[in-house]
Amino acid sequence: MIKTLAKSIREYKTSSILTPLFVSLEVVIECLIPWLTAKMVSAVSAEVEKGGEGGLGIIVRFGLLLVLLAALSLTFGVLSGHFCAIASCGFAKNLRHDLYVSVQGFSFSNMDKFSTSGLVTRLTTDVTNVQMAYMMLIRTAVRCPFMLVFALIMAIGISPKMSLAFAVIIPALALGLFFIIRNAHPIFKSVFKKYDRLNESVQENVHGIRVVKAYVREEHEQKKFADASEEVTADFTRAEKLLALNSPLMQFCFNAVMLMVCFFGTQLVVKTNQAELAIPEISALLTYGAQILMSLMMVSMIIVTVVMSGASAARIAEVLNEQSAIVNPPHAIKEVADGSIIFNNVNFRYSEKAGKNALSDINLYIASGETVGIIGGTGAGKTSLIQLISRLYDVSGGSVMVGGVDVREYDLEALRNEVSVVLQKNVLFSGTIKENLRWGDPDATDEEMVRICRLAQAHEFVSSFPKGYDTYIEQGGTNVSGGQKQRLCIARALLKKPKILILDDSTSAVDTKTDALIRKAFAEEIPDTTKIIIAQRVASVEHADKIVVMDGGRIESVGTHEELLRKSPIYREVYESQTQGVSENE
Amino acid sequence: MSKPQMKKRPPMKKGVLKRLLGILFREYRAQLLAVVVCVAVVAVASTIASLFMNRFLLLMEDALAGGGWESIRAEVLKNLLIMVIIYAMGWLASFLYTRLMAIVTQSFLNKTRQKMFSVMETLPLRYFDTHPHGDIMSYYTNDIDTLRELISRSLPQILNSGLILILLTYNMLTLSIWMALVIGVGVIGMIFVTKIVGGNSAKFFLKQQKSIAKTEGFIEEMMHGQKVVKVFCHEEAGEKDFDAVNDQLCRDATSANRFANILMPIMGNIGNILYVLIAFVGGLLVMLGAPNLSLSGQAMTFAVVLPFLGIARQFTNNVSQVSQQMNAIVMAMAGANRVFELLDQKPEVDEGYVTLVNAKEVDGEIVESRERTGMWAWKHPHSADGSVTYTKLAGDVRIENMDFGYVPEKLVLRDITLYAEPGQKVAFVGATGAGKTTITNLINRFYDIDDGKIRYDGININKIKKADLRRSLGVVLQDTNLFTGTVMENIRYGKLNATDEECIAAAKLAHADDFITRLPEGYNTMLTANGTNLSQGQRQLISIARAAVADPPVMILDEATSSIDTRTEALVQKGMDALMKGRTVFVIAHRLSTVRNSDVIMVLEQGRIIERGSHEKLIEEKGKYYQLYTGAFELE
Repeated sequence: MIKTLAKSIREYKTSSILTPLFVSLEVVIECLIPWLTAKMVSAVSAEVEKGGEGGLGIIVRFGLLLVLLAALSLTFGVLSGHFCAIASCGFAKNLRHDLYVSVQGFSFSNMDKFSTSGLVTRLTTDVTNVQMAYMMLIRTAVRCPFMLVFALIMAIGISPKMSLAFAVIIPALALGLFFIIRNAHPIFKSVFKKYDRLNESVQENVHGIRVVKAYVREEHEQKKFADASEEVTADFTRAEKLLALNSPLMQFCFNAVMLMVCFFGTQLVVKTNQAELAIPEISALLTYGAQILMSLMMVSMIIVTVVMSGASAARIAEVLNEQSAIVNPPHAIKEVADGSIIFNNVNFRYSEKAGKNALSDINLYIASGETVGIIGGTGAGKTSLIQLISRLYDVSGGSVMVGGVDVREYDLEALRNEVSVVLQKNVLFSGTIKENLRWGDPDATDEEMVRICRLAQAHEFVSSFPKGYDTYIEQGGTNVSGGQKQRLCIARALLKKPKILILDDSTSAVDTKTDALIRKAFAEEIPDTTKIIIAQRVASVEHADKIVVMDGGRIESVGTHEELLRKSPIYREVYESQTQGVSENE
Repeated sequence: MSKPQMKKRPPMKKGVLKRLLGILFREYRAQLLAVVVCVAVVAVASTIASLFMNRFLLLMEDALAGGGWESIRAEVLKNLLIMVIIYAMGWLASFLYTRLMAIVTQSFLNKTRQKMFSVMETLPLRYFDTHPHGDIMSYYTNDIDTLRELISRSLPQILNSGLILILLTYNMLTLSIWMALVIGVGVIGMIFVTKIVGGNSAKFFLKQQKSIAKTEGFIEEMMHGQKVVKVFCHEEAGEKDFDAVNDQLCRDATSANRFANILMPIMGNIGNILYVLIAFVGGLLVMLGAPNLSLSGQAMTFAVVLPFLGIARQFTNNVSQVSQQMNAIVMAMAGANRVFELLDQKPEVDEGYVTLVNAKEVDGEIVESRERTGMWAWKHPHSADGSVTYTKLAGDVRIENMDFGYVPEKLVLRDITLYAEPGQKVAFVGATGAGKTTITNLINRFYDIDDGKIRYDGININKIKKADLRRSLGVVLQDTNLFTGTVMENIRYGKLNATDEECIAAAKLAHADDFITRLPEGYNTMLTANGTNLSQGQRQLISIARAAVADPPVMILDEATSSIDTRTEALVQKGMDALMKGRTVFVIAHRLSTVRNSDVIMVLEQGRIIERGSHEKLIEEKGKYYQLYTGAFELE
């Protein structure tokens, strides 16, 4: 896991090494300052007692040295802060980039494995968590233990006897902190999950506000939310109360050191007549005491942060290590000869674990330029079937051939440029209509776009917008209607000028007449393109060269409208249910 | 290319902090006063050390001058005892206030969250139409988090440090005014640096927040459209766009963090320099035997200088503690401002006074009943003469000359007039955007009409209490929204006190029983995240069952079966027919087979009803409906 993540450090390696280096230098100097100060005061006071005149010289000499040290410490501190910011933000940037690139390489089956929201969380919250942890690791995690050790050495250097005080206090504090973390950590872990659920319920209410209001369930929802919120509050309070012990514990330790130093220090100073401990050294000892205890506290915080970010790191590594299920073959074919399609004994299941085949024993031949309709109930396998053509998934058995070649032998980009799919769950992206259309062809001219939009029956409404083709589409396409969105999506797919065009229930929100106009335009304008249309309405497919009726993952029958009316009971049933009224009346 | 939806940042109102503190002190007066007292005790306990240091040093000097350890032992022990007592009070106070603060913070956040949610639930739909959902969500996550940080950490920290600074100032003046001046100069330097570094830092942090929002918006959009990206081989172009936003974020984050990171060493080292300066000046003063000026009247000795070293450290530590809270305060104020903005939203107005009550018929008169009778009546109090009349709930809906627009400038519906008698099925047909859904949104008063009248059982719906009006209308929408919980709980949503049997009966009616019983745990299967484990068609079946269990006199079916394939729909149809029997039903559907057997079909075009009548009549008229219905045949 760590190895995987570490690969993303790259150009920030230098900064990542410089940061701890400068931090260590800063710490060393910072620890020297109290000791030198004590030395200076001692020297001066000795000089004063002697009645000598060298006091001023000593002060100036030490003073200048100390100021120099402080300036150095400042410089190193600022440098470490600077490099730390560069290293941690850069590392986060690289992580996000690598994650993004990794997801781009995902095939459909990889994507199914991670949910969309799961991927978004990994790219946002998880990366932020890891960034925080990284920042702590290269800076605070170096600073604190270093400070701890160095301050302890200095303290022992001043007075080994007095340092015994630390020998008592440090384990006590460590034990106390360990106890707090040990108990609080599991509560936090579970409370964060509950907190997530609480937020999910808010989301649910925001999305489903119409239902809530329509059923007058505002109070019911409020009660549900209140219960969940109380529960989170109770747990959070429990955890926070535990953490609240930190501050009195710290204070207790500080004070204990203070008391011990005062009592034993006074005794030692007086009894040995400053031989073992000089008066100024007492304040140096206290300073080191504060530094040691502070560092210990910080170490405990680092441990918590790093442990908590461990889960995030694992989730990120999971995506980075995911192997794309579909990759380009070694000697990929870059040309698709024509728009013919052959399904050869195809079996397909979405994952190894899936108990049931989504498609079984599919044999089908579609000639180049044909129009093929696919009809069937929910879960009949229509979408699964067409997704195999542009190799969005790989078959589990048998083969799919496009232009006479197995799709697994094509270069993916070449294949997908010739097989244009308008997905059932389609989306437009924020940007102008032009920008959206250019997804199909980055170099499309304005005239071409207008021509294609006419074909998709989109030109009329697009030109009715005040800004026409420069109209800005909001995220998720919320400012165009469902039918308009579908027509723009069709236009975008057409702009690719593919050899095969697949519409997966892409006109469900378009009214019958427009739907018919689109089909008519297809027949007249792009006669050489193989067109596959999945539809719920019989009217959308009945004039196709060939209609495929699917049921339970199998092809029930294939034929023209008239043939199917005779031989397919399913087709007949669907047809009759949709046309009854008319036949009665005509 | 992208212009992601920015988090709406309302203009910063003045007095946000005052309002926040006002609420806190109003609701937690006792606790917060206790906190202030405790913090004061802690502050005293943590500053007292320097005074005692001074005392011990004086004692030591005495002892060294001749008396030896024995001469000062009693005095040392006495002082130590006093210290222990003061410290113990400090520990207790510290324990109490951190605990109290934890409780107050969590309780305040809990109350605020619930208040926000309650307010949100009462807001009109217009609010949800005009605010991005992600934006509403961030009230509950980011904004609340900034408040947590402020209350639990920043406020006590600032209070604590502030008090300590005051006490330290007093201690310093007690010992030596000259030395205090040295520290004063150092502190001015620190404040100056905080202003420069800290001021920039806050600016960069806000900039970073914006960059984060932009990046997250981009990520969200692309991840949602990932399959489309694949289909169009748009991966590389997307990566380029992503790198641009990502790099910008990295730049802003680096600036923000750099400033935050260097503030600490700068502050710390000004502290170090001050430490050295104190030793330097102090040593100089002692050596020169300069006269001291202090509240205690002590002479300038090392017993004065040495405690000052500790004071200098404590002083600078506390100043840098306060300065570090500045970013948190800036962010919390922005968060609090947004939270208040939500809390100040005007709820949906409801001036209705006609209510829905259980009723029974006694001697041909309708009277109110306490128990559930299966019969409902509108209770209509008349303010003119104080009388109350009861009208039986029948489901008669009349719309007269109604106009409506979501925005004042653009009417969506014009001059709509229609009558739906009890038990009739009225269908709306027309292209997307013709205004079909809008009509139903007006019947249950999700929006208020601009002109005209809607009468329900003869009563103007503006007079009916919204909750009662909506309770009498069952709605099945195209976008099914299911809630986290079991399938059973989701069906029961229609009628909270429905028994399991009633729910199962409703599911059977909607033809949902079949697939539900095949789910791993049947009716007890947990649905998560709007039921993503079900197909869209299955979700629609559950939402039909949900409406069935509510058993309302009027039903609105808005594309309720659009994702159910025609074969299954034919099966569901029987159940639907049973469900619709005896009810007034408004049906919206693209699929004409769904609307064929309606009593009246309204054909809508650009907000107007252009044709109305039964299926047979409309087919005969060979108008728009006929074209829609037979469009495909016409074209050939």
